[in-house]
Amino acid sequence: MRRTLFESFARGPLTEPAPAPDRAGLAELAQSVERAARAKLGRSLSIRQVDAGSCNGCELEIHALNNAFYDLERLGFHFVASPRHADVLMVTGPVTKNMREALQRTYNATPDPKWVVAVGGCAADGGVFAGSYAVEGGVKDAVPVDLTIPGCPPSPKALLAGLLALLETAS
Amino acid sequence: MIKPRSIVTAESWGQAIDRLANGSLTLLGLWGDAPNVHMATLDEAACDIAVLTYACVDGTYPSVGAKHPPALRLERAIRDLFGLDAAGSPDTRPWLDLGFWDAHHPLGAREPAQKPGAYAFLPVEGENLHQIPVGPVHAGIIEPGHFRFTANGEHVVRLEQRLGYVHKGIDSLMAGATLDTAAKLAGRTSGDSTVAYAYAFAQAVEAALQLKAPPRAVFLRALMAELERLANHFGDIGAICNDAAFALMHAQTGILRERVLRAADVCFAHRLMMDVIVPGGVTRDLTADGIAQINALLAQIRGVFPRLIELYDNTASLQDRTVTTGIVKAEYARRFGAGGYVGRASGRNFDARRDVAYAPYDKLAFEVPLRDEGDVNARVWIRICEVEQSLSLIEQILAALPAGEICVEPKANGEPSEGLGLTEAFRGDVLVWLRIGGDGRIERCHLRDASWFQWPLLETAIEGNIVADFPLCNKSFNCSYSGHDL
Repeated sequence: MRRTLFESFARGPLTEPAPAPDRAGLAELAQSVERAARAKLGRSLSIRQVDAGSCNGCELEIHALNNAFYDLERLGFHFVASPRHADVLMVTGPVTKNMREALQRTYNATPDPKWVVAVGGCAADGGVFAGSYAVEGGVKDAVPVDLTIPGCPPSPKALLAGLLALLETAS
Repeated sequence: MIKPRSIVTAESWGQAIDRLANGSLTLLGLWGDAPNVHMATLDEAACDIAVLTYACVDGTYPSVGAKHPPALRLERAIRDLFGLDAAGSPDTRPWLDLGFWDAHHPLGAREPAQKPGAYAFLPVEGENLHQIPVGPVHAGIIEPGHFRFTANGEHVVRLEQRLGYVHKGIDSLMAGATLDTAAKLAGRTSGDSTVAYAYAFAQAVEAALQLKAPPRAVFLRALMAELERLANHFGDIGAICNDAAFALMHAQTGILRERVLRAADVCFAHRLMMDVIVPGGVTRDLTADGIAQINALLAQIRGVFPRLIELYDNTASLQDRTVTTGIVKAEYARRFGAGGYVGRASGRNFDARRDVAYAPYDKLAFEVPLRDEGDVNARVWIRICEVEQSLSLIEQILAALPAGEICVEPKANGEPSEGLGLTEAFRGDVLVWLRIGGDGRIERCHLRDASWFQWPLLETAIEGNIVADFPLCNKSFNCSYSGHDL
């Protein structure tokens, strides 16, 4: 263990510079974020992730945000275990009929001010699952959406750029 | 060997059930195709795969689950989707239909949905018992499902799972889809196994259309499958240790996983390698730059991973959590035909790559690790050993990579045809069975994840363990919700 720790210390961090905030995301957010909210939150946002029917691909890339290369927490983001602690809901999947109520209850349990980020092609419009008897047509059909991060799944860099746009606007 | 499908009488159907129950056959899958049901079985001794069809009479078929419990959830799913009843089944509760769809039996005779009553969890009786309901929204960044624990103090007396929350209706979307659309759907059945699913789907289409993928494509498919296995095993080994509060391992294997995904991105233009395997071949060739990336990746992994194994093996506080925790009995692993590390950590010696020996694995040398303790530790070790095997397989694939074209165009042959595919995903075997219409569109496609036969074993593994060890046990299984719920 000592060798692994020393080596990590000597090598320096693997963490890479963060990308610039996503421009399209900034434009989308400009319409939804209020000034009052900015004052309350500072430059820190707590995120609750909700899988509303994803294939799990988006979750894998959201997980990657916590690895040494992206190190999401240095930028002021923190994943939390309960919606009651969250400012942001990151929702993946086309919203299955079986998850709609659970998603709405999670949304209602999140205190204001709050933002909803729809992550991935399915969350945007149902993606390849659109038209099925078992899904809604994306997150916007179940709860209000503030920002959409496209991709199947979005890469960690795309996720970071989207979240930074949110931070810019919310702080 | 994969035998052609046979339509059987009630008597032969009953004989197959008896053979499943006495252990001379393993259940590979059971699915509806109204008005019929199909059952895939594996004769492990002869490595023969057979598909039996029973034509339902008045919408019923003799229950397999009545004598062979691994079929119970499959039968409940068939009833929810098709309205076909398993006569004599001891469990008639719904499974995928949680009461939120507009219609019952969406793939059979649709009936307007009625508000269901409360779901009847199995009764648990005894003094001082309490229940802990968890989910569908969990505390971590994971898929949704409901776990109902009954505990006596800290000890779990019973766990009952309630799944179906991520049911997207993949079976219905498949019906009528073009091969392109269907391949995309197959690749999004379970995102962590997108390569394995696209691989099995392509095998099934190629079997149906009597098409052969070019040799280079066959090797590139295996290369992607092994990269996917590496990425997932690194993620799992770290995540299991993290659930025992050993964050250092999580950080280190997280770096290795990211390096695999970045190499995959350079080689195949997608970090998870989605949509690269298609019926007829692959869509993207491996360049010299890609080969250099993979060689660099192998060197990096070989430089770091042995030390991480040593770290895992020598950290007593970690071993204290994983050894003897969450034991899956060998008898259960055999009876359920549990695939992947769940089966192999409990003595079930099966790996589709070796035993079905699909190309190119028939030309590659590798060992299938096997242990018999059946605990969390054994499931970690199976993964560790499989990482080593995958590294060797990747080297062999690169050394033997044939030149030539990478894709041939699939052509409809004017009449309906059927095919079956079976690949070894990182968590176990993925079965795909499909029928293509004369117009080249999918008529029926069923995808069966390894998780169907692993989820029930998790219920047995946690029994008698403390509630706090559930995340550890669950992560050591890492079953798919999306692949199961479809």
